[in-house]
Amino acid sequence: MFKMFAEPIQDGPLRARLQSARAGALVVFEGWVRNHNEGFAVEALEYEAFAEMALLEAEKILAEARERWAIEAIVGAHRTGLLQIGEIAVWVGVSAAHRGEAFAACQYAMDEIKRRLPIWKKEHYRDRPAEWVNCQHCATAPAHHTHHHSATDGARV
Amino acid sequence: MPEITIKYFAALREQAGCSEERRQTAVASAAELYRELQAEYGLSLDIQHLKVAINNQYCPLTQPLQNGDTVVFIPPVAGG
Repeated sequence: MFKMFAEPIQDGPLRARLQSARAGALVVFEGWVRNHNEGFAVEALEYEAFAEMALLEAEKILAEARERWAIEAIVGAHRTGLLQIGEIAVWVGVSAAHRGEAFAACQYAMDEIKRRLPIWKKEHYRDRPAEWVNCQHCATAPAHHTHHHSATDGARV
Repeated sequence: MPEITIKYFAALREQAGCSEERRQTAVASAAELYRELQAEYGLSLDIQHLKVAINNQYCPLTQPLQNGDTVVFIPPVAGG
């Protein structure tokens, strides 16, 4: 199951879906909004989603994880709208008999969520105008822009 | 002429000034459609940075368009 939330993510109902008497491990990843990125002070983040397609693509990712690893259940969620520092932007939980599978499936789902879901993030800074992350150097000029930056978990590609 | 629905998100939505439109067009592919929109709205993103989804599925930019298709050009994503 994957859900989009326009309001703060409540993890109780998400965790409940991961309960299983066969599970000996639960791995949960939360992506939080942090207060800085690339040296700039971030005051808030705004997420916009093409929700219809994001949900379809997310369900594909969760199905792929279930196929690849022996897990009991996997659940994900993503926020939209304006988020303040410390709020949960993305949530993935995996239950499994053993921790190795749960860690691996969670890592896979997070990597693919970041790579494939049609979701965009506008960073609102304290000292300069807001920007759509990853889009500023994509103007109609050459620029081979491959680096990745964001004020959530800081994965760099 | 085929009628296509186009949805805009994020930077492209701001530049196009709308979230959705319907348009009759004779263009042969998604890439040609983007060039048409780029000329009309002055969209700043280069096509090399975009992906395209037709009817909610990622597709090649060379994909031909059919009457009734919904096309979304996808700027670099930044979820998570």
